[in-house]
Amino acid sequence: MKNIANKLTNEEYEKNFAELHPPLTKNSAVAEANRCLYCYDSPCMKACPTHIDISTFIKKIATDNLLGSAKTIFYSNWVPLTCAKACPVEELCEGACVYVEKGEKPIEIGRLQGFVIENYFNSDLPRLFTQKDKNGKSVGIIGSGPAGLACGAELSLLGYNVKIYESNKVPGGLNTWGIAPYKLRQADSLKEVDFIKSLGVEISTGVRVGKTISIEEIYNIHDAVFIGIGLGDATKLRIPGEELTGVVNALDFIEEVKNEKWSDVNVGKRVAVIGAGNTSIDAVTEAKRLGAEQVYIIYRRGIDDMSAYDFEYEIAKSDEVIFLFETMPKRIIGEKFVEGIECVKVELGERNEKGKREINVVPNSEFILPVDMVIKAVGQNINNNFLNDVEGIKIEKGKVVVDSETYQTGNNKIFAGGDCINGGQEVVNAAYDGKMAAHGIDNFLLEKS
Amino acid sequence: MADLSINCGGIKSPNPFWLASAPPSNTAYQNCKAFEQGWGGTVWKTIGEPVMNVCNRYGGFDLNGVKLAGLNNIELISDRHIDTNFKEIAETKKLWPDRAVIVSLMVESKKETWQDIVKRTVDTGCDGIELNYGCPHGMSERGMGAAVGQVPEYCKMITEWVTEVSTIPVLVKLTPNVTDIIYPARAAKQANADGLSLINTINSIIGIDLDTLEIQPSVAGKGSHGGYAGPAVKPIALHLVSQVVRDPEVGLPISGIGGINNWKDALEFILLGATSVQVCTAVMHYGFRIVEDMIDGLSNWMDEKGFKTLDEVRGKSLQRIDDFGNFNLLHKTTARIDQDKCIHCNLCYVACEDGAHQCIDLIPVNGHNKTVVREEDCVGCDLCAIVCPVEGCITMERKDDSSETKTWNELVSQFKDEDKELTWENLAEFQKKHGIVIH
Ligand SMILES: Cc1cc2nc3c(=O)[nH]c(=O)nc-3n(C[C@H](O)[C@H](O)[C@H](O)COP(=O)(O)OP(=O)(O)OC[C@H]3O[C@@H](n4cnc5c(N)ncnc54)[C@H](O)[C@@H]3O)c2cc1C
Ligand SMILES: Cc1cc2nc3c(=O)[nH]c(=O)nc-3n(C[C@H](O)[C@H](O)[C@H](O)COP(=O)(O)O)c2cc1C
Ligand code: SF4
Ligand code: SF4
Repeated sequence: MKNIANKLTNEEYEKNFAELHPPLTKNSAVAEANRCLYCYDSPCMKACPTHIDISTFIKKIATDNLLGSAKTIFYSNWVPLTCAKACPVEELCEGACVYVEKGEKPIEIGRLQGFVIENYFNSDLPRLFTQKDKNGKSVGIIGSGPAGLACGAELSLLGYNVKIYESNKVPGGLNTWGIAPYKLRQADSLKEVDFIKSLGVEISTGVRVGKTISIEEIYNIHDAVFIGIGLGDATKLRIPGEELTGVVNALDFIEEVKNEKWSDVNVGKRVAVIGAGNTSIDAVTEAKRLGAEQVYIIYRRGIDDMSAYDFEYEIAKSDEVIFLFETMPKRIIGEKFVEGIECVKVELGERNEKGKREINVVPNSEFILPVDMVIKAVGQNINNNFLNDVEGIKIEKGKVVVDSETYQTGNNKIFAGGDCINGGQEVVNAAYDGKMAAHGIDNFLLEKS
Repeated sequence: MADLSINCGGIKSPNPFWLASAPPSNTAYQNCKAFEQGWGGTVWKTIGEPVMNVCNRYGGFDLNGVKLAGLNNIELISDRHIDTNFKEIAETKKLWPDRAVIVSLMVESKKETWQDIVKRTVDTGCDGIELNYGCPHGMSERGMGAAVGQVPEYCKMITEWVTEVSTIPVLVKLTPNVTDIIYPARAAKQANADGLSLINTINSIIGIDLDTLEIQPSVAGKGSHGGYAGPAVKPIALHLVSQVVRDPEVGLPISGIGGINNWKDALEFILLGATSVQVCTAVMHYGFRIVEDMIDGLSNWMDEKGFKTLDEVRGKSLQRIDDFGNFNLLHKTTARIDQDKCIHCNLCYVACEDGAHQCIDLIPVNGHNKTVVREEDCVGCDLCAIVCPVEGCITMERKDDSSETKTWNELVSQFKDEDKELTWENLAEFQKKHGIVIH
């Protein structure tokens, strides 16, 4: 990179990456729990994709039954600490809290959940659930992200031998390697991984299916297979200059940040992020927090078209991100290093039935934005190289096709869930998929035997 | 998991949590739904004489925005046909053989009438009978309910009629609206009751509408006293339970009732000697589902403390109750303020200054007041710690080393031995000797 941003002091890094929603103290948790109305058939519970019995776990904080509270949460969700810290709660449970309708502040459900689970992880971890006797069957799981972890934990309780194959050296998927550190630290994700391992789930890291081991082998060793591989490589921009030094994929950049060795990560003084999804926002805010002086988001559509959540947009604005809407990158400029990015303004037409607007380039509106780093965040493709070799599996629009109830793919021994079936949603959706797929697998194997 | 099963005067249930005789236990539909959610037993809504209810029946006591700190009602006993109730009781018991089904009864004070309803009740196959001598309104005007419970002789007479013919355990439900609850409790014992349930509701007027000046709840403009229940009555109920349990002449198993909202409340009743507990208002507020945390919380607590059965827990705090005359007068505590936790609201100051013994100083520091206890003056009353909004900010620190004890009873007899009168002067001399400050 030509102009690397100045490194910050350790204190500055820690301040910049401090948790957005720090843990509640016991007193504040109890006070907040007592504010909960304990609604019946509550809207928050329905809004949670894993349907945690929220009012019940909160009630148990109020009665000082913290162990019971943890049990209520884990009963529905195997990665509740990650969810507590990383879920877009404004869009989910807290957004549905009845207090919002009443015109008052919603209950801080996410922080209460985090309080309960942290309290549990800091205890001597008394058993919460009884594990069924081993049934002698085994399930192979590909990927140790939230989908794979949830599927593994549930199957283990149901009596299966579970082995997770994970290509990364450190497990946890995007919980460990993707979520912005000011929401979730790696250590918290790993606590969850360890907890799931303690339920008897074996995780074999550094094993890439399709390379280190073939899918046939896994298919033959196990009675059933679950695919939770998430999404794969970043989509290319397909513009000139993409190969210049200083052009990086958002996920590679974010993964480097997730090591939490802040000063090892080089960012440009001026950084442009292409795209306006949640990943783009994470990339741009993380670049800024690492010391970049000027940060931009370049997006070819308008503010209403952004897939990033409102609260993510607010975080970005408070990080002084400059948003260039209705702007399309044409080429990245530079000899060896990125020196700038040439963009052109566009005009958006009326929305068609699908809600999409036509993009018309405004003639002679080209301009050059001088930057030192370009982060590409325009989506990911499903990494389907090994999937292509499996009979029966169908991939449509970059998603593995499954039955919506059983999570079974076209190959009846193979199930799938998480980002690879939904094209990229949230941790909580993956956690739900994994758990439900475990029951799909259990029913399938019970019927077979 | 700990064993929560109990046997209360011959009535067994898998856990100590019973529905109290009240609207939640009115019908088979409700009782069966409650059992599905885990309740160990039910005391069927009182049946007996024909009645008709009025609207409105309930008044809520809200405290600083918190709903239903107390609930008052002018509801009568079951207004459904007695035959319907009997039929449903029999069906419910058949469906739920492992749960306790107890039927609450109230009829006019005639021997045949009582003995007739008792026999019909036994025929349903239920596990026990509860005699409602508590209903403080409406029924008492007709000579039933509290009108019986307030007169130990009536209480004994009717209980005798019942135990004479009943082949199943009989619990007597006591009213708190008496001067001394021991007497009706002893009367029940003398009449061979198998256990006691307490408390029923407390006489109350819940409030007045300041626009219409009507008593709440208002029945077309008229109101009356009602029966008070819910969280606010728990301290009164706990006391009455402990009183009955500690009486050497009573000696009956207890079903504790009054303000139980969660497992901790229930546990307090059990620690004071209750075998089962009954719940009404909390179910009326939140539904049957609350029992899940009651069971879970109680059993987690028992696991944590190493108790295997409720027999090991029951009555554990009774030994802590004693007469004032046996307390150590030389036990000394003073308030200590944790300055790091203090949020400078000065509530402790004003409470002590205006409401207690003027032992906290306000010292201006950097734009706020620092609250400092003058330990040498503090009488150890605990008021500041009670009003402080920050948990653990004010603690009462023990100052004596417990090497010396002297109770009031000992002091009085010491004076007697020394041939001294109990006078202010003699007392002052004793206080001075032991460094006790009185303001
Ligand atoms: C930058 C970023 C930020 C995000 N922030 C949030 C957020 O704040 N909140 C939120 O709820 N969601 C967030 N998400 C989305 C969330 O992380 C995903 O929805 C979720 O992790 C999907 O879980 P998964 O288990 O399906 O896949 P992943 O978490 O992607 O896990 C897949 C795992 O499979 C492994 N794998 C892949 N291929 C193979 C193979 N061939 N052999 C062996 N192992 C393989 C991968 O190494 C990985 O560990 C974010 C996503 C990104 C990209
Ligand atoms: C609306 C209402 C109706 C009641 N009806 C009866 C009754 O029919 N028979 C009876 O023995 N007690 C009756 N009670 C008293 C309850 O059984 C219980 O003793 C009392 O409410 C205290 O318990 P709680 O604080 O859990 O509500 C009633 C209480 C309420 C609130
Ligand atoms: S609670 Fe039910 S019965 Fe009572 S007033 Fe309301 S709607 Fe009517
Ligand atoms: S009441 Fe508590 S918080 Fe308030 S001033 Fe006193 S010590 Fe401080």
